[in-house]
Amino acid sequence: MNPVNYVILSAVLFSIGAIGVLVRRNAIIVFMSVELMLNAANLAFVAFARINGILSGQVIAFFVMVVAAAEVVVGLAIIVQIFRTRRSVSIDEPNLLKH
Amino acid sequence: MNPIMASAPALFTIRSVDYRAISPVLIILAVALVSVFVEAFVGRSARRPVQLVLVFGAFLATFIDLITLHATRLVTAAGSVAVDGPALVMQGAIILLAALAAMLMAERMVDPSGDPFAARASSLPGSVDEAEFSARGYFQTEVWPLLLFSVAGMMLFVSANDLLLMFVALEVMSLPIYLMAGMARRRRLLSQEASLKYFLLGAFASAFFLYGMALTFGFAGSVNLGSIADAVSAKPSQSGLLLLAVAMLSIGLLFKVAAVPFHQWTPDAYQGAPTAVTALMATTVKIAAFGALMRVLYVAFGGIRWDWTPMLWIVAILTMVVGSVIAVTQSDIKRMLAYSSVAQAGFILVGVIAVSGKGLASVLFYVIAYGFATIGAFAVVSVVRDASGEATHLSKWAGLGKKSPVTGAVLSLLMLSFAGIPLTSGFIGKFAVFSAAIANGATWLVIVAVIASVVSAFFYARVIVLMFFSEPTEATASVVVPSAFTTIVIAAGATVTVVVGIAPQPLLDLVNNAGLFLR
Repeated sequence: MNPVNYVILSAVLFSIGAIGVLVRRNAIIVFMSVELMLNAANLAFVAFARINGILSGQVIAFFVMVVAAAEVVVGLAIIVQIFRTRRSVSIDEPNLLKH
Repeated sequence: MNPIMASAPALFTIRSVDYRAISPVLIILAVALVSVFVEAFVGRSARRPVQLVLVFGAFLATFIDLITLHATRLVTAAGSVAVDGPALVMQGAIILLAALAAMLMAERMVDPSGDPFAARASSLPGSVDEAEFSARGYFQTEVWPLLLFSVAGMMLFVSANDLLLMFVALEVMSLPIYLMAGMARRRRLLSQEASLKYFLLGAFASAFFLYGMALTFGFAGSVNLGSIADAVSAKPSQSGLLLLAVAMLSIGLLFKVAAVPFHQWTPDAYQGAPTAVTALMATTVKIAAFGALMRVLYVAFGGIRWDWTPMLWIVAILTMVVGSVIAVTQSDIKRMLAYSSVAQAGFILVGVIAVSGKGLASVLFYVIAYGFATIGAFAVVSVVRDASGEATHLSKWAGLGKKSPVTGAVLSLLMLSFAGIPLTSGFIGKFAVFSAAIANGATWLVIVAVIASVVSAFFYARVIVLMFFSEPTEATASVVVPSAFTTIVIAAGATVTVVVGIAPQPLLDLVNNAGLFLR
């Protein structure tokens, strides 16, 4: 199968993730959408590695997975703490910070 | 034939790493790991002194190391770390400013409960746990390893010559700061909210950076900045893939420098985070982000500068105008300083747009001068308090200059520097940046910048007028006498602002001798 299709798929996934971040109101779902964007980038790396015939793209995908895991640790810690404080993970509710 | 199999054997060669050249980062990372173990194995009462010795010792050792390395100009670790003049200057500035921010974090005389950070970040605000932890006099020392990791990330961020390393450094720099932003002792709901917003938007922006990196890899077949530059000049035809890649990488980096329209997190994160952490975000992160932004744009995409400078023009104009205009309407000093930092990012972008050695040197000068003034300003904010904690609402600052003339005078000096009044470092910085831009033909941009800086002078002057030309009332906050830590920070901010304003030549020589980015 033509590897360019995977690049297109990754662009579609990235867009779905970006739209999810912008329109969803649940912090967990927003966060999942960000992870979808990171994984879309991973797919693009692997597809481009195949297209260019250079292995490093696949290695980069591993680095990205590790970074994404670290981000999950920090992100869930923050979201869980917000949930315990407010009994809600809606990102509209924390609205104390405005002029 | 499978192209991946055919090229596989040649890929695995042992690369040499010049450990001496990257030792500043290694020192900080090693001490950060030791610092984590201190958290686990040292008794509660001894932890704070041990951590302070480790942190300040690490900063001192790294700074001395950077001075001994000052003439180093090389690219090492398989081309992924560039130890060049701009990187070393920025690393030095990051270390100095991080040490000052660490002093603000170590301050214990200002808050009556003893520490600027929550007794336990995991306890719920207003809960029984929290009251008990506070009553027992617990405080957190986990901020110190977080600080060290973050500083290590910043130092790598400015010397990364490889987009992958840059991405990893970006996260190493940002993740600890997201956490530290949520650890304030007072107004914890605000602090947690700041942390959540900063984290979600920061993760969103780094996903853009990452996808831009993937597209760059698709275009160039490498994530090394030098190889990307070669690919850019080898394929002169317009490529949509390349332009999209530059745009997405820029979005990720412009988010970190707080440029409009990627600035939405700035006021919330600056206002909600503990002031010591805000000082760290506003100074060191800004330096690191500008360093990385310039390295990517100059080194990798210098060949297509005519394609990205128009985009940067628009962003710079929006940043200056929106930052200055919205700052005028703010009633909270930390929020006002946040919009001021947005506006200042716009002025610095004017220097970035120059795309020249002069532009690079002027940006280095500006971020250093701005960093010291900013850290001094946040140190002053941290000592102006009333019964509820820090008195950040501007109405409580009325007449403060009459009540506490020294504090008022120092803050006025820093405000004048932000506004770019002569004899302060801010004036020299603006002059350097604007003249670099004019030398490169960006005259109209400089005209807009000058108009924006006039607007910004209004809200800086408003604070001075409020402090000195209105009578103190009952609501006026008072200035708490801090320990030596905060005093040193305020003195350093004011001294650098005046000395660099009157005798800028040594710092100008330093940034001019830094030379260009290596590749």
